[in-house]
Amino acid sequence: MSRPAIDVRAITKRFGAFTAVDAISFAVDDGEIFGLLGPNGAGKSTLIRMLTTLLLPTEGTALVDGHDIVAEPDEVRRAIGVIPQAMTSDLELSAYENLLIFAKLYGVPRERRKPLIAELLAAVELTQWADAPVKHLSGGMRRRVEIARGLVHEPTILFLDEPTTGLDPVSRTSVWEMLRKIKHERDLTVLLTTHYMDEADKLCDRIAIVDHGKLMALDSPMKLKANTPGENTLEVAFSDTPPDWKARLAALPAVERVEGEAPVFRIMSDSGPQTTMALMTAAAEAGVTIRSLAVESTSLDDVFVHFTGHQLRDALQEQPMSERRAITMRR
Amino acid sequence: MKRAWAIIERDLRRFRRSPMLIWMSLFMPLLQLVVLGYAFGGNVKHLKVGVVDQDGGVPAVKLHELANAVTANAATFTTIPFADRGQAIEALRNGRVNGVLTIPPGFSRRMLSGDDPRVALIEDNTDNFVSASLAGAFSGLLAAYNQPPPSTRRLSTQATLETVELYPYVPYIQYLLPGTIVMSIFMMVMIGGGIIFIDDKARGLHEGYLVTPVTRLELILGFNVSGAIKAMLSGVVLMTIGSVVAGIPDPLDPVRLLRLIVVVAVTAVALVSFMFLIMVRMEDPLLPRALFGVINTLLWFPSGAVYPQQAFPGWMRAIAVVDPFTYAVHAFKSLFLKNTGFAAIGFDLAYLLAFGLLTMIAATLLFRRTLS
Repeated sequence: MSRPAIDVRAITKRFGAFTAVDAISFAVDDGEIFGLLGPNGAGKSTLIRMLTTLLLPTEGTALVDGHDIVAEPDEVRRAIGVIPQAMTSDLELSAYENLLIFAKLYGVPRERRKPLIAELLAAVELTQWADAPVKHLSGGMRRRVEIARGLVHEPTILFLDEPTTGLDPVSRTSVWEMLRKIKHERDLTVLLTTHYMDEADKLCDRIAIVDHGKLMALDSPMKLKANTPGENTLEVAFSDTPPDWKARLAALPAVERVEGEAPVFRIMSDSGPQTTMALMTAAAEAGVTIRSLAVESTSLDDVFVHFTGHQLRDALQEQPMSERRAITMRR
Repeated sequence: MKRAWAIIERDLRRFRRSPMLIWMSLFMPLLQLVVLGYAFGGNVKHLKVGVVDQDGGVPAVKLHELANAVTANAATFTTIPFADRGQAIEALRNGRVNGVLTIPPGFSRRMLSGDDPRVALIEDNTDNFVSASLAGAFSGLLAAYNQPPPSTRRLSTQATLETVELYPYVPYIQYLLPGTIVMSIFMMVMIGGGIIFIDDKARGLHEGYLVTPVTRLELILGFNVSGAIKAMLSGVVLMTIGSVVAGIPDPLDPVRLLRLIVVVAVTAVALVSFMFLIMVRMEDPLLPRALFGVINTLLWFPSGAVYPQQAFPGWMRAIAVVDPFTYAVHAFKSLFLKNTGFAAIGFDLAYLLAFGLLTMIAATLLFRRTLS
């Protein structure tokens, strides 16, 4: 196999006494969509900013498209397209002008600019909005302008920092579809950060879970889930449950744990089908009616809890003040 | 260096889309010119002077008549007769009159006997301009009163001062025009350059161009050139409209206009580089707004834009020596009020260029190509 598109080698970033990224190493293969998943303040943005030459690492380095981010930042910049977390289009300018200015900043030859910009605007389905000032476009459309802008010099690697943060569900889905399509058409390697489980799950080939500056797990969403104990969760609502019903549920085959109070219980099981079958029989024998039953596969939420020891949404709220300040400073 | 053009193009395209910014940065200095120019420029008029005549003789009446003549013509003051000195002073204290002229008893007798006659002017000296104007008006009035009959000639041995004015009378609004142009350039540099630069930074816009292969010098050069172009536009418009409004003789003289444009350009370069030196490490978007007033006060007033520098205390003259406004104002004054050529402003231009170059080099050295 050829060299990886991105090769991160024990990279560390400290802001004073605070270690934002702690000796993280991983490699992203050519053609992958690779996700960095973690709560705000986990160090994802700091990591992506180092990889895109916006920040210098305190220790360690990374090779991006074979170029060292510390020693050859200009070569790296030419090879990568970057869509920063903030909406960075010039609001007064049109989508076309935004792309034109960046084509010039990247030194795209004059004769290549026009057809390329037209092609990119078509790819993000903004052709009819090409001349509208960006401030008149919706959040999702602006994001698409920025994706097109990140591609204006035809890079081979695309970095996206929280590409769908702040977008409504419909816009998010359309950004995902667009990214997948563009990735295939242009043969890109994509590295993105996200704190959305569903985004990581649906979009990424592989996910690195990052928490408190450390790499906690790295694999495909499927394998991450497979390595998390508990295959299925059964959510069941009953009526007329006897007092010892919870204990009886816990005794069913393959059940690991039972949560909740009557009439609704969550049953963690190693085998959804087996537990479900047994549950049906047990309910019929006890004369308990099952009002509703849902069997779910283990989600990335469960994976996140397994690897980090806490819920992603808790981490979002439990950020210490000092860390928050460090994040603001870095913006 | 080609990428610097992309930065300039981006900036100017954005500028063109912000008509409000253009209008405000042109209108504000013009408004200031007109309001300040007329607020300070005029002679003090229509002051009220209480007159207490405790004498009533013919020479006293003659003095009244002279005063009435002033009221009718120059209108510096109008007289209000008071019967009683106490009443007049009371009126002065509560501001109904600006001064009180007292003609004491026996004035006429002393006048006719050549015995050192005196009148008294009691002033409200809390307002220097008013009391100086009144004192001036009454000294003139008494000089006229004392004038000997035309037949007697003055002795040829008496030395007198004759003032020769090199240039036509300069109303204050014209005196203020050079400083106002410099201020309009500075305003555009701050609002159209500095504040937008920091706001972009606060919104994270700079990350967009920092990930491109643009160099630090290209960025600074691009920002400086586009800032200078915007500031020049503001300066040239104000220079043209302002000289018409202020009544500069022959305002559209093409040779002078060309010279003025050179001064506008050099001033714009100096101020833009200076501003970027201040902004280059700044992150907080509130800071440039707060600093704008401070810098403006610190540079504009010592520059001689509103008052002659010779009147300043030492520390203010020390600021004036390094203040780029000083040289810009001096150059504009020479061209507007004296219509000199480049010879008279060579040093001003050299100072401004050197100042611009030094601050730009410093800004380039301090500029961070990464986020921290």
